[in-house]
Amino acid sequence: MLSFILRRLGLSIILLFLISFISFFIITLTPGSPYPWGEMNPKISPEVKAAFRKKFHLDFPLHQQYEMMLHDLFTGELRSMKDDLPVMKKIISRLPATLALNVMAILFSLSFGTLLGLYGSLYRGNWKDMSLSCLSFLFIALPGFWISYLLVLALVKHIGIPILGTQSYGVDFPTDLARWLDRLWHLMLPAIILSLAGIATQSRYLRSSMIETLRENYILTARAKGLSPTVVLYQHALRNSLRPLITGIGMLLPSLISGSVIIETIFAYPGMGQLGYQAVLERDYPILITLNMIVATMVLLGNLFSDLLYALVDPRVRLE
Amino acid sequence: MKQIVFESPSQQLWKRFCKNKVGLWALGLILFLTLIAAATLLLSWLGLPWPMNPNATDLSQKLLLPNRLHWLGTDHLGRDVFSRMLHGAPISLTVGFTTVIVSLSIGVLIGSVAGYCGGKIDQLLMRLVDAFLCFPTFFLILTAVALLGPSLMNIIVVIGLVSWTGTARLVRGEFLTLRETQYINAAQILGQKSSTIILRHILPNAAGVILITAVLGIPEAILAEAGLSFLGFGVQPPQATWGNIIADGKTYLLEAWWLILFPGFAIFITALAFYLVGDSLREAGEKK
Amino acid sequence: MTTTTPPFLEIKNLSIGFSSDEKIVPAVRDVSLILNRGETLAIVGESGSGKSATSLAITRLLASPPAVYQGGQILFNGVDLLALSEKELRAYRGGRIAYVFQEASTSLNPVYTIRSQMAEMLRLHRPEFHDIDTEIIHWLEMVGITNPKERLKAYPHQLSGGMQQRVMIAMALSAQPDLLIADEPTTALDVTIQAQILAQLSKLEKELGMTMILITHNLAIIRGLAHQVAVMHHGSIVEYGPTEEVLQNPQHPYTKALLACIPRLDEHRRRLSTIGKELQ
Repeated sequence: MLSFILRRLGLSIILLFLISFISFFIITLTPGSPYPWGEMNPKISPEVKAAFRKKFHLDFPLHQQYEMMLHDLFTGELRSMKDDLPVMKKIISRLPATLALNVMAILFSLSFGTLLGLYGSLYRGNWKDMSLSCLSFLFIALPGFWISYLLVLALVKHIGIPILGTQSYGVDFPTDLARWLDRLWHLMLPAIILSLAGIATQSRYLRSSMIETLRENYILTARAKGLSPTVVLYQHALRNSLRPLITGIGMLLPSLISGSVIIETIFAYPGMGQLGYQAVLERDYPILITLNMIVATMVLLGNLFSDLLYALVDPRVRLE
Repeated sequence: MKQIVFESPSQQLWKRFCKNKVGLWALGLILFLTLIAAATLLLSWLGLPWPMNPNATDLSQKLLLPNRLHWLGTDHLGRDVFSRMLHGAPISLTVGFTTVIVSLSIGVLIGSVAGYCGGKIDQLLMRLVDAFLCFPTFFLILTAVALLGPSLMNIIVVIGLVSWTGTARLVRGEFLTLRETQYINAAQILGQKSSTIILRHILPNAAGVILITAVLGIPEAILAEAGLSFLGFGVQPPQATWGNIIADGKTYLLEAWWLILFPGFAIFITALAFYLVGDSLREAGEKK
Repeated sequence: MTTTTPPFLEIKNLSIGFSSDEKIVPAVRDVSLILNRGETLAIVGESGSGKSATSLAITRLLASPPAVYQGGQILFNGVDLLALSEKELRAYRGGRIAYVFQEASTSLNPVYTIRSQMAEMLRLHRPEFHDIDTEIIHWLEMVGITNPKERLKAYPHQLSGGMQQRVMIAMALSAQPDLLIADEPTTALDVTIQAQILAQLSKLEKELGMTMILITHNLAIIRGLAHQVAVMHHGSIVEYGPTEEVLQNPQHPYTKALLACIPRLDEHRRRLSTIGKELQ
């Protein structure tokens, strides 16, 4: 068990190097000016450019730049090219909002995905299952920005409910509870939209995994024992169909961060997705690389966690 | 005596696919869209843009509600939204189909090499796949396209380069299973070359799975392109795409709902059709 | 005045089909059987002959759809099981009619311990026991499992195939059912283990005076176990009678063909027969 965790952590570090390598070279090898103000801006003197190049080690050969970048990344000295603030500081300031949004979206994906998948597998083949299938593809096929705008249009224009940002501005809340509820409300809509695709994929996975399990002989045994359908379903079938749910914990994250680039921009929600989008617009390489690394680390930890959890659920799984 | 009809696996797949009405309707919709896109391209190539020139501006006609002349209204420059949407269709479909060709070639190549060779090579390639799976895909695409400069070519290549991992994993899995079958053993014992075995014996047997991932990859590419267009990194104006009509329209969100509703619906329904066809194929391949 | 007690189990004109693509494919056609208390009935036939479907139908375990119960009655001590509600049937399943299935390795739930799977049965049908562990150990010993106490915490995959089947039998017996239905209990096992399990069943049959239905495709294994034999072919019973009679003097060509497939020690070398095409 311990040796498994250590080995996995070792592998994760190798993967992280690979990821830093890929991100670094995608960013540096692509053509284009590294300067945040563009190559041809006449207002910037050559001296300023030289200072900038020196500050961000741009005059070194690529492999040395890569080493320096790694060094700065791990010592926390990496600075934004745009405003010279430490990258970590900028990212950490976004962390609470990002965590709230993503945790909420993962919770929605897993809970509703499981419910819908379970329901679909029970009614396999009849119209309830068919309409659930169609619904889940509807969710996957919905462009997030489109449905967001339609909702903003409906809620803000026609009903007049504030939903942008993390809280309502210019409102005096009588109690702390009211303020927190307001924040929760502002979190809800982006989290729901962000989780739609996750709900759909989770429900598809759970459905097929349940259908497979329900065909197993031990389900027949459980029924032959005279157990009630509820016990057969939840204690015997569901427990054996949990794999997609558990892997989902680790695998949902990258797609959520991807989705949040657009959703956070639309809802003016100050999370990492928005930060990343701004960094893309401003060609702020240090931020881009750090963001990729942070997401990758979270994904790797999530995968490790889900493997451990899976070994806990299924005694046949040996951690090797 | 009953006449026994022998069907090839692809005939069987098609027959089972036809039983699912939803899948058939979706396929019909895709064919219809493809036809429209092709006709639009042909007409504008002939110099007869139908129903109107998608790029003709007329500020006196700006932000008009859908009416008899402009079926889906006009945008902030007075351009006809319906014409722009028709001209956006070939872009979306091209991105969808060609991206899948790119990602499929990479995925099938890496997956079959990993699955057939096994051992160290397999380990190495799968770690590469793991690394790619840790990236937030759309964010990576956005970064690369933003840096390379947004053009149709760049978008196709970047989305293709990023989205091969699923195919690679699946193909590898199939290869690992097929490699152990008797008929592959037989071919190996007969001394056939590895490339012959892969191309003639294993790949055709994995074709079903590959076809399904291909179909399911198309809507993902379409949605990714729409997202890029929306953020301003898609195919550049004045060329109309479904995503950039919405991007242009978002400024006028509160006045001109039609600039958001119709193009978005087109993206949605196209992606949905591909997903439904893919799922219906998957189901048809599954039933024994 | 004569009161006739109803037979222990009587299947009357049972017909079952499976719906597939809007057609109904018949699986069991007009099957009638009678089983008396304390007897063992063997149902013999090749795979697909409807023997498993018949046995599962007794407590309506065939999932419907696709199964369609087209007609007939299954009278268990005079009660028509096909007419009962799903909820009423659950008291019969496991409690009065218990099953042992073919593949023990897939018939035990992989994520629960032997103890928890056996306890589930006991809690449901024998709630009077307070010391469940003692009872489980008793039954595990009964089916010849060594060190039963240590096996309690084991998961199915940690036991051998023979052990798993013994656990299945122990689990079925622990609720002290009136009828045990063993559906090819030894098919998935090695030959030596098969013999052990069959010997075990035969011993339990005598010790407990069990009533049993034994499903098999192997005529040879019924000789020592069954009182009656029913031979099924294409969903119908083609021959039915006391074991010795059927084995000594088979009437139906299909039974003759089946018997001819069994290698015997007391014969001179001959080619083993295969079942002819005319019977397929």
